[in-house]
Parts: sequence; structure tokens; C-alpha cells
Amino acid sequence: MQDLGIRVLFMGNNFARLMGGLWITVKISLISVALSIIFGILLGMVMTLKNPITRCITKVYLEFIRIMPQLVLLFLVYFGATKSFGIQLSGQVSAVIVFTLWGTAEMGDLVRGALISIPKHQYESGAALGLDVIQIYRYIIIPQTQRRLIPLAINLMTRMIKTTSLIVLIGVVEVMKVAQQIIEANRYTVPDSALWIYGTIFFLYFIVCWPISRLAARMEKKWAN
Amino acid sequence: MVQKEKLLEIHHLHKDYGNGPVLKDISLDVHKGEVVVLIGPSGCGKSTFLRCMNGLEQIQSGEILLDGNVITDNKTKWSDVRQKIGMVFQSYELFPHMTVIDNILLGPLKVQKKDKKEAEKEAKELLGRVGLLDKKDAFPRQLSGGQKQRVAIVRALIMRPEILLFDEVTAALDPEMVREVLDVMLELAKAGSTMVIVTHEMQFARAVADRIVFLDGGEIVEMDAPEKFFTQPKTDRARRFLNTFTFKKKEG
Amino acid sequence: MDIGFVTKYLPMYVEAAKLTLRLGITGILFSIIIGIICSLAGYYRVPVIKRITAIYIELSRNTPLLVQLFFLYFGLPKIGIMLSSESCAVIGLSFLGGSYMAEAFRSGLEAVEKSQVESALAIGLSHPQAMRYVVFPQALAVSVPALCANVIFLIKETSVFSVVALADLMYVAKDLIGLYYQTDEALLMLVIAYLVLLLPVSLAAGWLERRLRYAGFGN
Repeated sequence: MQDLGIRVLFMGNNFARLMGGLWITVKISLISVALSIIFGILLGMVMTLKNPITRCITKVYLEFIRIMPQLVLLFLVYFGATKSFGIQLSGQVSAVIVFTLWGTAEMGDLVRGALISIPKHQYESGAALGLDVIQIYRYIIIPQTQRRLIPLAINLMTRMIKTTSLIVLIGVVEVMKVAQQIIEANRYTVPDSALWIYGTIFFLYFIVCWPISRLAARMEKKWAN
Repeated sequence: MVQKEKLLEIHHLHKDYGNGPVLKDISLDVHKGEVVVLIGPSGCGKSTFLRCMNGLEQIQSGEILLDGNVITDNKTKWSDVRQKIGMVFQSYELFPHMTVIDNILLGPLKVQKKDKKEAEKEAKELLGRVGLLDKKDAFPRQLSGGQKQRVAIVRALIMRPEILLFDEVTAALDPEMVREVLDVMLELAKAGSTMVIVTHEMQFARAVADRIVFLDGGEIVEMDAPEKFFTQPKTDRARRFLNTFTFKKKEG
Repeated sequence: MDIGFVTKYLPMYVEAAKLTLRLGITGILFSIIIGIICSLAGYYRVPVIKRITAIYIELSRNTPLLVQLFFLYFGLPKIGIMLSSESCAVIGLSFLGGSYMAEAFRSGLEAVEKSQVESALAIGLSHPQAMRYVVFPQALAVSVPALCANVIFLIKETSVFSVVALADLMYVAKDLIGLYYQTDEALLMLVIAYLVLLLPVSLAAGWLERRLRYAGFGN
């Protein structure tokens, strides 16, 4: 076993390059989650309206986004937008758009669920104090939904990071792409590098996602009542 | 009281959850046709005691005999024993995915392998006796608490047990439904059923019991006929317990 | 819109959809089996197996299918384990789906109160009978919404199968875009193909959930 394939990780700056690739993945997830939370809260509030038009539009949006594989959405934006609107979107921008659209739908539905679980008299007693609608949400309703929403939002983060692995398929140079490049470059010197590199990436994802999902599970348990 | 044959004998029962004893050296005989009522403050171990009698709780030492046979050794086939010892729970525990009649028939069909027609006839008869024949195809969620508890009693009765255990069966009921359940139990007592009852209803205990067993701190403190126990308790602990059920009118 | 193009390449999509469906269903069936085993190991607290399944569930839930497939398809052959594209796809999907199914069954089993088992025992049922007649039917009813969500999730996840050189829907679409630059038609057919696959499942799931809700559970 003198010729361990794992050495490919420590040749040159290979490991640093992998980490750089992983950072691209995490960065896209972070931006998308941040945007999703903002838009998701707004969408959730809109979804509680009794207006039939907004109801219909948000429902179609939600159902379409949820039923389509994220990869299909990526294709639609990356290939479709370029063709139809003549805008040349980079892979990274396409990814942020798609994951924000998806995250907003998921978050919006969670926010809607949390909002309708707040008893009606909470709104009424806010109004009775003379608060306007924005103040009612800002000071009374949203603080009460936080305990339910924060664990779910954190959970969305891990799902986002995992799903971001798809962007290699629209040509973004992230951790999987870097891996392919390293394996290609070392195919004669370290023939079994694929095993080690892909194995490493498997655990890199695990090391990033696992603590986050543990955190979400713990908060959910702690705040259950 | 005339000595009748012993149906259930409990000798020196000791029960421990691992953090101190729950039941300490309890001995009790239940005779055929007798109604024994266990009372005592919450946490005194009366429900645990009842659950030991049909093997839902493991005991650390002592033994329990049914019809003279030891049922607390390792060879005991509990599913056989439990057919002879019926039990009704505080929270009814009807099976929510089955109709009333299916709830009642589960035991006779799957355990006793009885003929379906015969079992059904018997089930309807019993349902009629507790006034719920028209509910036989209802699901548990469609019934009130009192109705559910009466179905639960029928479910235990249809196995023709030699003895019935009642674990605070009215504790979860709204006050106006307590009566309908207690009436069924009084009826059973009159018909000569052997019963061990855990309850907080003192009036009912006095009316139904042949013998009151007062437990406190995991041991039997006093055991007497109901009239004597409720009018002249022998121990301080029993007196203090009974006092918690009476109120003095505010003076001034 | 080029109708001629659509009709010409429609059969390719149909073939690809069949492939997706076949591998997806196989993977889902294995996922359910793995899920049942894992949830029972947890329910009965089987000593060693319980630990192994716990580790498996964490690994499976916190890594993407894409990476799992790369490892299976490109990594394993380097230590002499050669798997066909289809095997990789099914193994990967089952590895991912097993943990999701396990969680669905676990929450179902946990939802059935322990006192339900006791009352079944109290009327003389044996432990296996109590599980069969009392616990499992109730647990399954509770699990159904999560199971349906998992089925939809897993069918969606099949969209990465092209990375193990399977000619699935994504592969066909990308091919057509690359070769003919008929982007609109290729993407439209892609969307319709997934709608045809997933809408019926989604509608059936909604119907099943409503039926179970009205069937009446809860004491």
C-alpha cells in the first residue's frame, strides 16, 4: 500500500482548490438562502391574503416550482433565458436565480403555515392598540413565528447546499468541476484518484451539512413547546 | 364476610423502577365475586399495582396467583392470562382505526378464534346492555368520552374474563358522563363480577365496594369494609386523606 | 415553435421518461424496504443495528445524490467494483431514499401511543398481533403524507441520472440543445415530460391524504 491514492489530495494545491470549489457552492447557497428568507416572508404574507387573484398566482407558482426538479429549473433559466431574452446569464447567476425562486417558494409556504397558526385575536388585539398593519406584523406576529421558522430556515440551508451540487451540470466551476480537473490532470500518475477525490467530496459535503442539520434538529426540539 | 374461594392472590409484591420502591411488600387476596376498590393519594402506586396484576409492569419480587396458579414466573404465557383478566384504561384506548364493533371483535376473533357470527351476536348483546347498539358501526372519534368508555368495558367483557381491572376509568371524563360509566360498573357488580377498581370517586367507591384498600407511599395502610372505612378510619393517614374530600363552610 | 422538430424527437423523450420511471420505481421500492428495516431497528432498539442505521441516515441525508453517484460510478471501479450505469442509479437512489423513508415510518410509529399496545395486550393479543392489528395500521396512516412527499422527491432526484451516462430526460434535452440549438422546443418538452410524470403522483397523493383524514383517526 505504498502508493496510496489519497496522496493526490496533498499534491500541489489540490486540497486548497477543492476547498475553493466548495466555497463557491456554499457562497451560492448562502446568497440564495438570504434572498429566499426575505422574499419568502413577503410571499408568505401575500399568500395569507384572501384575494383570489394573488391566491391563484401564488398557488401556481408554488406548485410549479415544487413539482419541477431543480435541475430542470436550472436548465430553463440557464439555457432558456439566454435563448428567449438574449441575456447571457452566467452559470452562477442562473444558479442564484433558480435557488432563490425555489427557496422563496419553500420559505413562503412555511411562513404562510406559521402565520395562519397565529390566532386571529392576536391581530385583533394589536389593532385594538392602534397599531397599523406593518406594526402588527413587525412587533406582534413575526416575533411569534420565529421559533417555528428559524429551524426550518436552517434546514432549508442544508437542502440548498446539497442541491447546489447540481450547478456543475450547467458548467459552473465548483467543487465537482475542480475534482474532475484534478482527476484528469493526474490520470497517469495517480490512476485511482477518482475514488479518493470523490470520497473526499462526499465527506466534505457531510462535514458542511451535518452540523447545520443537527443545529436545526436541536433548535426544533428545544422550541417544540 | 363469608369466605369464598380465592381468585387472585398477591403475595409480598415488590416493585421498583430503579429509583426507590414504588410498591413495598403488598399482599392482597381477591375472592370470587368480590369488588375491591383501591384508593389513595396520587402517586401512591395504586395504578401501578393494578398494572402488575396483568403483567403490564414487571415486578421485582413476590408472586401473583390466579386460580391457584402462579402467573409471575418466566413460563407465564401472558396472552393466555390476560384473557382471564380484563382491563379498562383511564384513556379508553379504543383503536381509532376500527369501528366500535371491530374494536370489540378483535379479541374474540384473533385471540380466541371464535366463530365470527357467534362473536358478533354476543357483541351486539353486550352493546345493547350498555345502551350503545346503535353505535356499533361508528368510529371512536364519533363517540363521547362516556360512550367510548362503555365500549371499552364491552371490549373487555366479551373475553369473558374471570376478573376485571378498572384503572381510574372516569378520571378523563366530563362530570356529566361519569354517571353513565359508573352505572354500568354497578350493574356488573350486582351481577356478581369480580372486580378490582382504582378510583377517585369516593361516593362510588362506598357504594360499589365489598372492601376498600387504602394505599399510601407504596404500601397498604388500611383495609376494611366501606362503611367502616369511611366512617371510622383506623389510621391518621386515612383520616387525613378522607378529609381532603370534605369542605367546611366559610365562617363569618 | 417547430412542430416538426417536436414530433420528430418526441419518441426520444418517451424512451427517456420510461427509463426514468423504471429506475425511479425500482429505487423507491428499495428505499421503502430500507426504510422499514431502519425504522423497525430504531423502534425495537436493536443494539448494534440501531447505531449503524443512525449513522447511515445521517450520511445519506447530508450528502447530495450527485456526489453519491460520482463516487459509485467513477470512484468504486478504481478498487475493482464495476457497476453498470443502471445499478449505480438504483443503488444511489435507494441509498438516498432509504433514510427519508425511514424517517417517515419512524414518525408514524412514534405517533402511536404506547398505551395502545398495552390495551391490545390487555385483551390477550400477542405482541406480534398487537403490532399487526393495532400499531402498523395507525402508523402507516400517519406516515402516508411523508411517504407521498418522498416518492415525489425521489422521482425529482432521478434528474441527475445523466451523470452516470444514462439517457434520461435531462440528457436528451441537453443533447438536443447542444446539437440543434432548438432550445425552446427541447426545454418545453422537458417540462411537459416531468409534468406528465409528476402531476398524477402529486394529485394521487393529495387525494390519498384527504381520504385518510376523513376516514377518521384520533381517539
